[in-house]
Amino acid sequence: MKSMSKITLQLQRCARDITNMSQQAVNGVSHRGRVLTLDSMNPNVKRVEYAVRGPIVQRAVQIEKELKEGAKKPFTEVIKANIGDAHAMGQKPITFFRQVLALCSYPALLEDSKFPEDAKQRARRILEACGGHSIGAYSASQGIECIRQDVARYIEKRDGGIPSNPDNIYLSTGASDAIVTILKLLVCGEGRDRTGVMISIPQYPLYSAALADLGAVQINYYLDEDNCWSLNITELRRALSAAREHCNPRVLCIINPGNPTGQVQSRQCIEDVIRFAKEEHLFLMADEVYQDNVYAEGCQFHSFKKVLFEMGPEYSNTVEMASFHSTSKCYMGECGFRGGYMEVINLDPEVKAQLIKLVSVRLCPPVPGQALLDLVVNPPQPDEPSYATFMKERTAVLSALAEKARLTEQIFNTVPGITCNPVQGAMYTFPRITLPQKAIDKAKELGLVPDMFYCMRLLDEEGICLVPGSGFGQREGTYHFRMTILPPTEKLKVVLQKIREFQLRFTQEFS
Amino acid sequence: MWNMKQLEYGALARRANQIKKELRQGVRRPYKEVIDVFQGDLHRAGMKPLTFVRQVLAACVYPPLINSSNLPLDVRQRAQEELGRCVGGSVGSYSAAPGIPEIIHSISEFIKRRDGGIPSHPENIYISPGSQWSISNILNVLVNREASPRTGVLIPVPCHNKTVLSITQLGAVAVPYYLSEEQGWALQVEELQRAHESAKGVCNPVALYVINPGNPAGYVQSQKSVLEVIRFAWEKRLFLLVDELYQDCVYGENCEFVSYKRALSEMGPPFSGTVELASFHSVSKGFSGECGLRAGYVELVNLDPAVMKHIHTLFSKDACSPVLGQIALNLMTDPPKPGDPSYLLYKQEIEQIRTVLVHSVKKVHEVVNSLPGFSCPPIEGGLFAFPRLHLTPKAIQKAKELGLQPDTFYCTRLLEEGGVFTGPGWEYGQKEGTYHIRYNTSRALFKVHH
Repeated sequence: MKSMSKITLQLQRCARDITNMSQQAVNGVSHRGRVLTLDSMNPNVKRVEYAVRGPIVQRAVQIEKELKEGAKKPFTEVIKANIGDAHAMGQKPITFFRQVLALCSYPALLEDSKFPEDAKQRARRILEACGGHSIGAYSASQGIECIRQDVARYIEKRDGGIPSNPDNIYLSTGASDAIVTILKLLVCGEGRDRTGVMISIPQYPLYSAALADLGAVQINYYLDEDNCWSLNITELRRALSAAREHCNPRVLCIINPGNPTGQVQSRQCIEDVIRFAKEEHLFLMADEVYQDNVYAEGCQFHSFKKVLFEMGPEYSNTVEMASFHSTSKCYMGECGFRGGYMEVINLDPEVKAQLIKLVSVRLCPPVPGQALLDLVVNPPQPDEPSYATFMKERTAVLSALAEKARLTEQIFNTVPGITCNPVQGAMYTFPRITLPQKAIDKAKELGLVPDMFYCMRLLDEEGICLVPGSGFGQREGTYHFRMTILPPTEKLKVVLQKIREFQLRFTQEFS
Repeated sequence: MWNMKQLEYGALARRANQIKKELRQGVRRPYKEVIDVFQGDLHRAGMKPLTFVRQVLAACVYPPLINSSNLPLDVRQRAQEELGRCVGGSVGSYSAAPGIPEIIHSISEFIKRRDGGIPSHPENIYISPGSQWSISNILNVLVNREASPRTGVLIPVPCHNKTVLSITQLGAVAVPYYLSEEQGWALQVEELQRAHESAKGVCNPVALYVINPGNPAGYVQSQKSVLEVIRFAWEKRLFLLVDELYQDCVYGENCEFVSYKRALSEMGPPFSGTVELASFHSVSKGFSGECGLRAGYVELVNLDPAVMKHIHTLFSKDACSPVLGQIALNLMTDPPKPGDPSYLLYKQEIEQIRTVLVHSVKKVHEVVNSLPGFSCPPIEGGLFAFPRLHLTPKAIQKAKELGLQPDTFYCTRLLEEGGVFTGPGWEYGQKEGTYHIRYNTSRALFKVHH
């Protein structure tokens, strides 16, 4: 092995030779402009924004830095209620899942008597399906076959026996990856023929970011804030016919349970949406990552697939659809594993071939995420040793979330200037804030959108990081923020209290 | 040359899977298992994961193991450190979009050490789920679909097809430059020149994609070659995309991996301050071989700060890379040191892998060149052999009759009759009238096969 300094010398000598050869050329050439500039770059990328990790978060990180360096502030920590990250807020992982994943990571632990037998069995099965018995080997691009089979069985069980074909299951790097992949397949055309994609307002900004990136036309349909953020078909029709003037609408996206709004769509509503999609020949994208997060009395998760098939062959044989799920939310909260899948229904076989090619470019989804997904769809059964603990942990997480959802709605609705719809599901609240005109003017003066101004002030004064409603979309002249209900109950109570105090102060200041 | 729409593409892989299934179900064939040497997958080829890495990952996944006396002290301490950097102390939380800050810092230190002290700035580093993810993100920024003429990217022939797929999917044009098989797949500047010229009137080349060490061709660029390419990129105003995944897989005597970053810096001004460079590395190859964990990084040099802001947003919308993969990346760039309890075993395992890889490559080269109808230049680096198939006119004719590319025909027969799954040369690109196959060399000695 040559020493480092020898390599440097050689390089320098070589470099001198080469640069000397071109000295004349260099002398004659003016300063070389950059290849990649704001002007030359992909204009679509310039339009991409992602509020959840946007400017307010950057400010929060800055404040955290200052706190670490000893700066004195009216708070000792920044509470990051901006991102749907349960573990970040102290939620504990499910023991069984982590045991199996540890066994998969370091199979020597299979000899360790401290791990339960059902965990070992699952680990062995997963490792058997991996190349070289290692989670470090590539899997097939579509995902490990036996895991896709398990996912299909889970879907069948969930949907009352309606068959699910493992070939229609595509494992992915989180649900976001699958959502973007489907959009890539669907977006095409130029000018007036450019693909239009319908998305709810408010929406989870991955959709607007992906649509901007792909140069698709975003078609907004407004959820009804006065009616618990419900979806009206009349509003869908309005949005669609307006859009037909300037683009080719082909896709309808729906998030159920909703993000940021938390509404859980009724079965009737889902039927209406499916009927609408069939009538208007739209591809349905059903984002169902919060399917286990349903809290409100009288609310129930109905999968789009189930409703579609229960509507009979006229619909189930024709409506093209993709539903998405992930390991990031529900009771697992394992965002960092990037596990997810989509199930595609009635996809044209030639398009499927293109889909396989698309997913092969990034080789395969992370295998630990695939393994985790396998456990989520194949959890401990009543006759297995880990069942009791598993159910206890799962129930604890979901009931805590339900309690926090209720608490949040209750407290926010006692604050003058804040109105809050029931948090029927998901992990967020999206309350409406009434801003005094003087505050709106001040915001404009500072070049800020009014709810961004509000949230920045809240961050600076109370150390609470929320995302302004403008990042998700809202009706003109209305302002909101999105807050997660993830902090532990006691902390959440403190957060709600501080927001109440801030709201009163803020209103007072700008009255 | 790259017939993306051809149904053939991936057909061999599907057939290999089908045969694997049949064998599992007990169907009789002239072999008991399919030897899969198609991908650069070291674990699949039989390489064992590094013990230290897997112990740390297990303890991170299941923190009660941190108190287990069955694990070495440094493993437990390291897991504790890694978890301390995860939000909420869990590998299940999202990390910052570019990656866990301490890990990015560690990567920048690794790059600095590797490059003889040349600084590497953490804000120029982004971690992604595998290197192809960041390659396609950077290509996405480079390719202006509204531009006329279309954006062009120079790519080597032969080339693994993932990047080419990304280029064509973005609506850009892949402009081939041929590596010289007679010169051990060397990259010749005259050929770069020719390729660049050929783009006139067809597209606007903005970037030059280089793979060093090569894939599938197993060359390692000389220092002189690296410097020549940088100068060429400077002269022709090309953004350099350098795939350096196999930097730890260098076997040829008198061969040395020279990073483009280092070479660029050593060239001094005007090159060092102006040539825009993106270098890619990952945890998938080398001694880690952890392809399934999906973790890679890109280091960006000399990019416009305004463009960097948009790159940051682009990576943000992807959430973050899998945290386990990020930790594996950290363990790769900051491994056990002499004196650490795990160091001896770690060193031993690395040496073992290195020995096997070097021997495999030698063996493959010997065997291949001893077979009639095959020829293969010395394999200096990387994980593949890309031998030339000298097919008889009869074989070529038969292939044409079946509607197959001649090398696909050969690979199909090799799969059906011999149970060996290899990659046909046409999928990587080759000079008209020549045929090749790609074969993962590491399988030769990790596992015993017939």
